[in-house]
Amino acid sequence: MGGSIAAIGMGLAVIGAGIGLASIGGKAMEAIARQPEAVGDIRSNMILIAALIEGAALIAIVFAFLVA
Amino acid sequence: MAQHDHTDHGDGQDHSGHDHPHVVDHGEGGHHQLGCGLHGHHGGDFDPGATAFHHIADANIYSVGPFGIPLPCIVYAPGEGWDFFMSSKFHYDAHGTGTHAYNGYVLDGGSIKRVDDDNFPDGLVEGVEIGHDSEGHSAMCYQDKLYPLESKSTADFGLFGGGITGFYDFSITKNVVSMLAVFLIMFFVFRAVASRYKSNPDRAPSGLQGFLEPIFVFIQDEVAKPFLGEHYLKFIPFLMSLFFFILGLNLWGQIPFLGGSNVTGNLAFTAVLAIFAFIVVNINGNKHYWEHVFWMPGVPAWVKVILTPVEALGLFIKPITLALRLFANITAGHMVIIIFVSFIFIFGKSGTVPAGAYGSSIPTVLLTMFMMAIELLVAFIQAFVFTILTTSYLGAAIEDDHAHEGAH
Repeated sequence: MGGSIAAIGMGLAVIGAGIGLASIGGKAMEAIARQPEAVGDIRSNMILIAALIEGAALIAIVFAFLVA
Repeated sequence: MAQHDHTDHGDGQDHSGHDHPHVVDHGEGGHHQLGCGLHGHHGGDFDPGATAFHHIADANIYSVGPFGIPLPCIVYAPGEGWDFFMSSKFHYDAHGTGTHAYNGYVLDGGSIKRVDDDNFPDGLVEGVEIGHDSEGHSAMCYQDKLYPLESKSTADFGLFGGGITGFYDFSITKNVVSMLAVFLIMFFVFRAVASRYKSNPDRAPSGLQGFLEPIFVFIQDEVAKPFLGEHYLKFIPFLMSLFFFILGLNLWGQIPFLGGSNVTGNLAFTAVLAIFAFIVVNINGNKHYWEHVFWMPGVPAWVKVILTPVEALGLFIKPITLALRLFANITAGHMVIIIFVSFIFIFGKSGTVPAGAYGSSIPTVLLTMFMMAIELLVAFIQAFVFTILTTSYLGAAIEDDHAHEGAH
């Protein structure tokens, strides 16, 4: 029982991270389209923020493992 | 109690270790039964989850293709002292499960376990059967007697089901061998490249130099300089070591049939890297950094009361997420590849339905190739992310006050 609830929590965390990553990716694409010369800066900042969002999701996933 | 074909021996009779262990019957269906009512790890229904966890775990064998190369084992049990031997002593099979015990240690699925019973004889003992009992605990059968097995001590404080047990394993495991290999490769490659710059700095880069120079310059210009400003040269050796060591180990684990070691997907390894990052960041933190952590300037006192615990927690959450991110990304990649390969065994019902195995192998190979291509990208991205995050924490720790005046 604990395992299945943890699995639901894991799924929710991944949904959150997915929304976050989608919004970064979309906004970064928009920004690159507007200012192609800034592609380098935008790309590295995008990866940085994506990593931070991933970190939040990972904490949720690890806690889900601990509960399960 | 067990369908045991040695029952004619009767209990307590001396077998003097000459009886052969049961031959593992794969794909017979049902649970493979060992002596003493133990269940074998293999045979019966194929379990992709257990297979995946077995393959991403560290091991005392280095498997190259079909060969399991024995590695040195260094174990310490309080009260019994140190033991040094090669893991070939265990006479392991293709799954890394041994049929011999040595000084009370056995090999179970590639990792050393200790017989948790003082009456078990020391020295080389032949004919042990390793499996798990009805409750799923790892156990061993020897001369119709059941012995519980204990795993090695881990430093996870019981969070992941480990903890301090009866012995400590300091062996040169698969992961250690991979680390040493990558370390040596990096040492010789970078020394060769560096000596070429020394002898003729103006020559156009060629060969390995041409591959490494753009990456090096990218990390220097896109990561180190923007975050660290004029202090960047002081931290370049640390950041480059981090980046290339993680990248090297990520790529080393990607090479098919070369052990598939999962070093950067090992929480202990990533935790050590994160601890190094934590120490470097906090040792170099200046007055402003600590002021921002413990008494944020420019905000009302009641906000400070809330902010200080959050900032202090943040000090530790940053390295923890660093370790978890690398661990989870690389482990997930390895697991997905193993699960894809497992499709062959799932559809082929462990070899009993050849049509299913052959039919599923074609999409499986394609999916695996696609996944490995993505993992190649992830190897670079995760090494980059670990480095850039460490650099940004470092940059926040060393930046001067005037760098962001007016920000608050």
